[in-house]
Amino acid sequence: MIKEDPLNRVLYIDLTKKKFWIEERPELFTKYIGGTGVAIRLLHENCPNDIDPFSPDNPIIFAVGPLNGLFPIASKTVAMFKSPHTGNLGESHAGGRSAIAIRMAGYGAIVIKGKSERPCYIAIHSDKVYFRDATTLWGVKEGLSVGSLIRRQEPGAGLRTIMRIGPAGEKLISYSCVTLETYRHFGRLGLGAVFGSKNLKAVVISGKRDINVTNFKEYKQLYEELLLQLAESEKMKKYHELGTPANILPLSFSKGIPIKNLLTNEIEKIENISGESFAEKHLGRRVACSHCPVACIHLATLRKPYEDEPYFYRTVYLSYDYELIYALGSMLGITSSEDVLKLIEAVEDMGLDAISTGVILAWITEAFEKGIINETMTDGIVPEWGNTECYVELIRKIVYSNNELFNDLRRGIDYTSSKYGGKDFALTYGKNEMPGYHTGYGAHIGYLFGARHSHLDSAGYAIDREAMTTQKTVEELVERIIKEEQWRQILSSLVICFFAREIYTSDVIHKCLKLSGFGFSEEELSEIGREIYADKYRFKIKCGFDIDNLSLPKRVFEIPTSLGFIDKDFTDKAIVLLKEKIKSLL
Amino acid sequence: MPVFVKDNEKCVGCLICMFACGRAHQAAGLESSCIKVRSQGGISRGFSVFVCRGCDDPPCARACPEDALIVRKTGGVLLKEERCTGCGYCVKACILDAIGWNNGKNKPVICIQCGECAKSCHYKVLEFVRK
Repeated sequence: MIKEDPLNRVLYIDLTKKKFWIEERPELFTKYIGGTGVAIRLLHENCPNDIDPFSPDNPIIFAVGPLNGLFPIASKTVAMFKSPHTGNLGESHAGGRSAIAIRMAGYGAIVIKGKSERPCYIAIHSDKVYFRDATTLWGVKEGLSVGSLIRRQEPGAGLRTIMRIGPAGEKLISYSCVTLETYRHFGRLGLGAVFGSKNLKAVVISGKRDINVTNFKEYKQLYEELLLQLAESEKMKKYHELGTPANILPLSFSKGIPIKNLLTNEIEKIENISGESFAEKHLGRRVACSHCPVACIHLATLRKPYEDEPYFYRTVYLSYDYELIYALGSMLGITSSEDVLKLIEAVEDMGLDAISTGVILAWITEAFEKGIINETMTDGIVPEWGNTECYVELIRKIVYSNNELFNDLRRGIDYTSSKYGGKDFALTYGKNEMPGYHTGYGAHIGYLFGARHSHLDSAGYAIDREAMTTQKTVEELVERIIKEEQWRQILSSLVICFFAREIYTSDVIHKCLKLSGFGFSEEELSEIGREIYADKYRFKIKCGFDIDNLSLPKRVFEIPTSLGFIDKDFTDKAIVLLKEKIKSLL
Repeated sequence: MPVFVKDNEKCVGCLICMFACGRAHQAAGLESSCIKVRSQGGISRGFSVFVCRGCDDPPCARACPEDALIVRKTGGVLLKEERCTGCGYCVKACILDAIGWNNGKNKPVICIQCGECAKSCHYKVLEFVRK
């Protein structure tokens, strides 16, 4: 690492005492690079054992890496915290303007601790940190935009990130998200609720600086090569043109997209919610994260007529992705793009994680059909597949109703199904709701053992796609999952968007790191990836994560995947083997 | 007038042009960049790019009390850094907001009319025309 690189500076903010200080931690970054690698070390250091996730002692950690601000598509920030949703590792990644803003403000990581007496927001402008009153912003409903109110108050236009929570985060719903730049999110595992528990409404960060490199001429050359590759890559073109929803049709064709809480793998008119359909009917604009030329963020326009005035419409822009169309579409039996957008709007207004919310709504619908819950428990709402109005109402009830069922649903369906029953069809993995791929063993085992129970931990769906042509043994599958997840620790320590993983090969990463003064060999990088992965698991286990008691939801065995029925013997063997492998690393 | 803003509507707000401008000024990062990208009041409204249009009779040069900005024959200005006192009048004089500011040096960042911003843009928001 280059000596004067401000990456090694960690900004600590104490919300209780309204104090901040900066510590230089070169040893941390020299050893663990940045991003995930540094964040997990800081989490071990700053999160005491056995604390409640809503304790003021639970730290919120943001970390970026050496490639942010230097190379294109190194555009992500890693957030870490103890998750109120699972009780162990909370890790979520987001882009927007965040990574470049943190790097340009002159930090490698930010650690926020304590709890503000009153609602507040933090403004970080380079070396200055301000604690601003946010009592007026607390409890603001849909009509007002917290983002635009803060935008008017703060400097740094064009370069700043504004991370904020909605009503769900204020009400400590364990799967509430943090929204940044209106359309990006730290979505999963409940960072929004941790913000809420600290009376922290928002964090604004801005800055502007130059970063040193070891050889400017070589840097310029490598940068331009990478930019050209990003421009010419077919894969990047796909992310730009239709975006992630390009996968709706191929996955529905291979029966890999879950439908109606995975009661079936077929639904008519799914083409109406395909990426092609969304683009043709709704696509209004594409936008990008800072320093990413791909622009995968697709904004749909939704025109809603006012009921009290003819020929008068409200036009809203909403970002859509594959996971949202799955969770708030196919999973709920919805095959109208307008309806999916209406649900996306409701979820955005509340500040909830879209995937968890969709899977929870699907569980409610099936539990209702099976008589596990009834109308008196749902405040009179009758959930029904495909009925968007009832789902919009349920989303509001989850946030605002005080009745017992909705109170329980604020903790997710692992908790709710433990209390009411319906566990067999509660699609959760390590207490986190299922992502949108029912493609085979790779996906399901990947969710179960991924350190954050995300489809992005090891991209099991990609392993399943390979397995469609070449069958994999248990050993091969387990090896692939572990290897992929370990390698991704390097990408998320740099911090590169996973979409560019095929362009940022280990050779390219080696060159990039050399220019920012890191001399890691490829072997050393693999070793660091393994260590970060192990460190995340150490944290999980320290928090009580029971690795010996993991199983797949019963439902996934009942409906064929893209690779046919899941064989329980196979998954049992894979679970045993993965457990052994992980334990041997600890 | 080497760089034209052809179509702001196509801008995705990726800031690649800003980083290209920094590299053209021999730096990695954004401190030495003068092109700017701003949302038009929230990201859903899209973006605007602010870049020097290389005026023939540049007000920035007229505003400079130290004659540090020399008018180029082909449009735009050249910064004589040794003359600049960092007063910032040039920034105020530019109605396009196309002059950057390097806080480290406390001096303006002036467009060198190289067209690197336009060349780096994937979406043809900008067009570079050599005079």
